[in-house]
Amino acid sequence: MSFFDDKINRRRVLQGSALLGAGLAAPMVMRRRAWAQEFRNDPGNAGSITLGFNVPQTGPYADEGADELKAYQLAVKHLNGEGDGGMMNTMKPSSLKGNGVLGKKVEYVTGDTQTKSDAARASAKRMIEKDGVLMFSGGSSSGVAIAQQSLAQEMGVIFMNGLTHSNDTTGKDRRRYGFRHFFNAYMSGRALGPVLQEEMGTDRRAYHLTADYTWGWTQEESIKNTTEELGWQTVNAVKTPLGAGDFSQYITPVLNSGADVLILNHYGKDMVNSLTQAVQFGLRDKQANGKNFEIVVPLFSRLMAQGAGENIKGILGTTNWNWSLQDEGSQAFVKSFGQEYGYPPSQAAHTCYVQTLLYANACEMAGTFYPPEVIKALEGFQFDGMGNGPTEYRAEDHQCFKSVLVVRGNDNPTSQFDLLKVVKEVPRSQVEYPPTLFGGELGPYEV
Amino acid sequence: MDAFVLQILNGLDKGGAYALIALGLTLIFGTLGVVNFAHGALFMLGAFCAVSLQKLLTLSQQIKDESVTFFDAYKEVPYLEIWFGDTGSMIIDYAVPLSILLAIPVMLLIGLVMERGLIQYFYKRTHAEQILVTFGLAIVLQEIVKSVFGANPVPTPAPEIVAGSADIGAMFGLGAGVVYPWWRLIYLVFSLIVIAIVFAFLQFTTFGMVVRAGMADRETVGLLGINIQRRFTIVFGIAAIVAGLAGVMYTPILPPDYHIGMEFLVLSFVVVVVGGMGSLPGAVTAGFLLGILQSFASMTEVKDLIPGIDQIIIYLVAVVILLVRPRGLLGRKGVMEG
Repeated sequence: MSFFDDKINRRRVLQGSALLGAGLAAPMVMRRRAWAQEFRNDPGNAGSITLGFNVPQTGPYADEGADELKAYQLAVKHLNGEGDGGMMNTMKPSSLKGNGVLGKKVEYVTGDTQTKSDAARASAKRMIEKDGVLMFSGGSSSGVAIAQQSLAQEMGVIFMNGLTHSNDTTGKDRRRYGFRHFFNAYMSGRALGPVLQEEMGTDRRAYHLTADYTWGWTQEESIKNTTEELGWQTVNAVKTPLGAGDFSQYITPVLNSGADVLILNHYGKDMVNSLTQAVQFGLRDKQANGKNFEIVVPLFSRLMAQGAGENIKGILGTTNWNWSLQDEGSQAFVKSFGQEYGYPPSQAAHTCYVQTLLYANACEMAGTFYPPEVIKALEGFQFDGMGNGPTEYRAEDHQCFKSVLVVRGNDNPTSQFDLLKVVKEVPRSQVEYPPTLFGGELGPYEV
Repeated sequence: MDAFVLQILNGLDKGGAYALIALGLTLIFGTLGVVNFAHGALFMLGAFCAVSLQKLLTLSQQIKDESVTFFDAYKEVPYLEIWFGDTGSMIIDYAVPLSILLAIPVMLLIGLVMERGLIQYFYKRTHAEQILVTFGLAIVLQEIVKSVFGANPVPTPAPEIVAGSADIGAMFGLGAGVVYPWWRLIYLVFSLIVIAIVFAFLQFTTFGMVVRAGMADRETVGLLGINIQRRFTIVFGIAAIVAGLAGVMYTPILPPDYHIGMEFLVLSFVVVVVGGMGSLPGAVTAGFLLGILQSFASMTEVKDLIPGIDQIIIYLVAVVILLVRPRGLLGRKGVMEG
């Protein structure tokens, strides 16, 4: 007892407490580093990191996929300090330095999703397990994107969505490890509604042909909601298989359906084929209910306009971005992409390029590649100078909010690429919605 | 009534393609006894004859596009237009019909090489082995086309003059809404003509008579001192031409990619089974019949009644036919039985 009596005095207790406090605090200070050592595909002391670009190189969205891949390659080049830097020069705020990411050179591997969910998952899994990618990215099918996003959550590797337009991607199927810069079907509907009313009035009968998967369903629903709010009737909504090729059997019933507007919820080659065939069946020259028959393609891009040729002229739709925009970011990107490849980038290329830069920037902001920290850096991140004006990555659903473009197939193009004319730039406030609208849970940071 | 007419027409033009491919398949099966899973690839190669000719005719000079200021862009101006002006443009416009002239010798050659180089070694092998080797060949051909032309469909438009639609309603006193694309009508007429030529060839020529005799009893014809094998080789070439022409003329309807043959192959086999293995009239009848059925199954009224029926109708019919009449609609007794 005397021992304790001797030793335990006020001074000793204070000293002991200080030591104990320091001991406990030390791991807290170093905890971030300690976590950072325990995540999948940690590059550690390696001089480089690998990103995975998983795009449709075959299938109905192969054109978009090819353009996406070019954009990713350009983004990697810019991140590594090569080329003219593109949008790295216009992005605000930016932590990017042009020396790779966190000082490590960026390398990449590619995969073919074949526009099929199972093939995309297999390809992504190979990238994660064999190639050791820190982040993977790609589009252009929402079904495929959602499948990859859920894999991302399972494996704890961030997935930056490329072109995906379904409400479900950041709605009911949202994931903590998935982020979408591209707009969605709901926003297309909100942006398109007033223009449709102005140009076609409130007494219309619409017939939908819809790609039979998540994107088609949500786009049909969003456009139906919008047009029915305007007073339009929906005569019919017919689902068509993805990659059907010949849509004639679905178009012939439209001719005598009593409809005066055909809404094509198709994308990529499906849209090119269905629009071309609809025009071949004389729908654009047709009169119905005393009005000119109209065709609307709620989501289209310059690449599709190129494929559809003359048929796209005068047709209304929406797009996430167009190369003709005059802001500093768009111009820098178009110049850079055009010099590299000889033609301007598509909206698919734009969103993929931006996503790669945003991921890299988030790593720089977080000071680590540790996914939960990178996710936190992306959540709520507000930026500008990337072609869409002021933009925010909403923390609650990982959806970017920005203005939406309503476009029309250009009747009088001034160049071979001048295929879309911007009719209206609809501000963010008009297309925004509460994060709870489509349900869904992001899931945990730690997996 | 108008909707009915449109769906019939739609079924007939689809049926035309099915009938042409199934006709070739049946010719090969009836003569050589080979189940040719590379037949879809022959359709695809025909389509790429049109693509090749179009690419050849549109070989271009790159001219700087001054209207693009952001970067150096180039326009492609075909040499034919530079050299011959409007005449050059017209030749390019008619690339698809002109491809028929190219496709006939090319497909004949491909057919002969395929038969002599590979298929002849599998005459006495089992059907399963024939299917495996021809399916493998189809994959090889697909991959070759993919490596040359890429994975994306290549737009191959019809001549401008037939790019629009025919007002069938006005022509036949039907409703104003009955219009149908010219090229699809041309395809239907074309397929009927090709079918008629093949039947006439088999029915009214000595060559055809020998082939028909060989199909019925190969051994006896051989014993008469006729080299039936050589004739069958030529029949293989003819079947390749028929499939190739079906492919050439289909390109304006659906831009071809390397995979287009596979999409038609499965349907065409169902057509052959429904029509009756080895029966030429059966293949043609079933081709048109299934085309029309598929078209009607896509009608809203039918789909409302049975959702998804448009996707399965052909297979459903095949199942029913196999259960009720296993040798097919017009199949002969003893073919692939027992």
